Amino acid sequence: MENIKITHSKNAILQLKDVSVSYTPEKFAVKKVSTDIYPNTITAIMGPSGCGKSTLIRAINRMHDLYAHITTTGEILLKGRNVLEMDPMEVRRMAGMVFQQPNPFPTMSIYENVLAGYSLNGIRLNRSEKDEIVEQSLMSVALWDEVKDVMSKRGSFLSGGQQQRLCIARTLALKPEVLLMDEPTSALDPISTNKIEELLLELKQKFTIIIVTHNMSQAARISDNSMFMYLGELVEHGNTAQMFTKPQHKRTEEYLTGVFG
Amino acid sequence: MKDKIFRFLLFVAALLILLLSAAIVYALVSRSGETFREYGIWGFITSAEWDPRSATEEYGALSFILGTLYTAFFALLLCVPFSLAVALFNGEYFKGKKIAGVVRSVVDLLAGIPSIVYGLWGFYTVRPLVIALDVNAQGFGIFLSSVVLAIMIIPYASSLSGEFLSMVPNNLKEGAYSLGATRIEVVQHISLPTAASGIVASYILALGRALGETMAVTMLIGNTNRIPGGLRGTGNTMASVIANQFGEADGLKLSALITIGLLLFIITAVINLIAKLVMKKLSHA
Amino acid sequence: MSQVKPISFKSRKTKDKTAFILICLFSFLAMVPLFFIIWDVVAKGYKNFNLRLFTEVTPSSVDALMARMNGDPIPGGILNGITGSVLIVGLAILISVPLGLFIGIYLSDNRGKKFAKVISYLTDLLQGMPSIVIGIIAYAWVVKPLGGYSALAGSVALSIMMLPMIVRSTEETLKMLPASYKEAGLALGSSYTNVVFKILLPSGFGGIFTGILLAISRVMGETAPLMLTALGASVVNWKITEPTSAIPLLIWDFYNDPNLVDLIWSSSLLLLIVIFLLNWIAKIVARKWKI
Repeated sequence: MENIKITHSKNAILQLKDVSVSYTPEKFAVKKVSTDIYPNTITAIMGPSGCGKSTLIRAINRMHDLYAHITTTGEILLKGRNVLEMDPMEVRRMAGMVFQQPNPFPTMSIYENVLAGYSLNGIRLNRSEKDEIVEQSLMSVALWDEVKDVMSKRGSFLSGGQQQRLCIARTLALKPEVLLMDEPTSALDPISTNKIEELLLELKQKFTIIIVTHNMSQAARISDNSMFMYLGELVEHGNTAQMFTKPQHKRTEEYLTGVFG
Repeated sequence: MKDKIFRFLLFVAALLILLLSAAIVYALVSRSGETFREYGIWGFITSAEWDPRSATEEYGALSFILGTLYTAFFALLLCVPFSLAVALFNGEYFKGKKIAGVVRSVVDLLAGIPSIVYGLWGFYTVRPLVIALDVNAQGFGIFLSSVVLAIMIIPYASSLSGEFLSMVPNNLKEGAYSLGATRIEVVQHISLPTAASGIVASYILALGRALGETMAVTMLIGNTNRIPGGLRGTGNTMASVIANQFGEADGLKLSALITIGLLLFIITAVINLIAKLVMKKLSHA
Repeated sequence: MSQVKPISFKSRKTKDKTAFILICLFSFLAMVPLFFIIWDVVAKGYKNFNLRLFTEVTPSSVDALMARMNGDPIPGGILNGITGSVLIVGLAILISVPLGLFIGIYLSDNRGKKFAKVISYLTDLLQGMPSIVIGIIAYAWVVKPLGGYSALAGSVALSIMMLPMIVRSTEETLKMLPASYKEAGLALGSSYTNVVFKILLPSGFGGIFTGILLAISRVMGETAPLMLTALGASVVNWKITEPTSAIPLLIWDFYNDPNLVDLIWSSSLLLLIVIFLLNWIAKIVARKWKI
């Protein structure tokens, strides 16, 4: 693959410079990815299974620290600071993550779930601060009206889509700079998926969103920019509409027309 | 940082298991030194002498090793028809049905009854039966202990085998049924062979349990210090001789008893290791 | 050729039916001893199962003899055994539960590592140790240095027995939790310590607590290790460095004393009630807190 030359723009909120992630000295899951992410945009990362898109996004919030055998090299600059050199807990407060399987914590009520980021970090808030954060977060995911009367209950009775919005609210409560989403709608039904996609379009006004998706039409529907990865390499990236209508690389075109993946 | 300290504490806790195991082995081996110096390892194991009188002190573990093996193996033999039946009942014939849950719960309760209560029941209720059956005059002995021991290990043998039987894939059985096999034929030719390693492992574990059992056996075996004369005989197991005679033991006698403890430890550890290896073979099969 | 088939088919069917009947019969027979034992203990034990059992200490052999000769019921109860069991098992819980939790957490989080595999194997080894051998160990480590029998020695023995059970149930429970709980907690910037104590352990509470209850019910009935460590006492004792009684120890004492033998059934009844109660609570907890 040709090296993609990019000039890093000063406007970017997140810059990836030659980011590589390896499981063993020989096996690279992500190979020298470089790109810029701009504020208040939705960037979709697409590609067939095993292309490294989840691995890449997890490098950004230092999730690979959990596993001793994984090495990440290169630079990931979040608002100018290299994420790989920062304290991981601080990184994770700036870059929040939503997972594929909705996972509200089972022993906490809806109210407590939204505030989980604070309680887990040992940050003490008084009652009115807590109420405000909970209301704001739940309103921003359009869940407030649905749960405001049952906030002391556990989240398990909510539908899949509602649970996922709760998880988004939980992440947003910490007011992150960037929202990392790892196939957030794969486990949901079409109606819930639709609701969450609408939500993301609203949220991008306040946040920057990176969404890993295996669903091309989702990428086409909601993203401003797209990244296409194949076997760990960033094949093409740029404006979504342009990429979809006039892909510059053969691989991209093959993927978009369903030749593989 | 808090996490560093916490992770370190977790590591130390895990390390404690290693230290504990090593310390146990050391404690047993070091106190067996006196016995080994006196008789040699082989000499102690093969001697059936047991005379605590100070003038003619002689110790040997053979009687108790044999007593242990007789009771444990006979108990295992006795428990097979019952535990296998329960395993088939729960894992095959009534798998998933409510009645299987009931049977399982009842058999589990058997495992909850303390050894000493088994001993009491064995003494007051089963012993008269053994005497009536004319096994031996007093009722005590290998036979009585093995019978009660067999009942005690039924839950251990049946629960694991039952689980393995229930894990036999349906499509294998369906293949046999579609060829016109009867239920028992499917069990014989498909279910049991497929679950074989697991079943064998569970019986080995049950054997391990029987080998180490103390109170019930102590109360029922007759407490004599010679090689048991077959099933009708009395004797002692390694566990029961320790329980019976540890009381005021000291000097060479104490060392001899601790050595017997060491031998028991080694035997049960080896049995458990064998069970583990058998089960490992299962996961590779 | 066609003559042979119907006959052999019939005999196969008979064999099948016979096998089924035998399996049901033997399964039923396997359950019978339980009812016999419970019946025996209840029928023989309820007579002496009264308030005195819980409030008075064991009578001396002489007093019991006098009472029997006069046709009176045996005086006394098993208060010293009850308090002793509470003391010894309670102390064992304090020792083994925190340790067992930590080790279980360690094993569930370090699965592939060689060290963890070794520890896991050794835990299984400890689980298979005969209780009398554990008694010898506690004798060597506590009784000998302290110069006498004690509740502490008994607790050490029982905690060695409880430890592997608690480690296993903690480890298995935590392993069954979805990995995303831990990841989501960490993704919120939490420390690992907080994720464990505020998310993982509470989420796994059902399985962990059940494991602890089952470990307690297991050691409540143990006699052999206590014979070598706590020895027993005829008075209520709360000092951990003194010989202490326990319910199973008292049953053993009564069994060996012809004057006190009548008390064995009521004591056994109490012991069985406690053990079955613990098991029942464990079942309820397991069902209610299903992961």
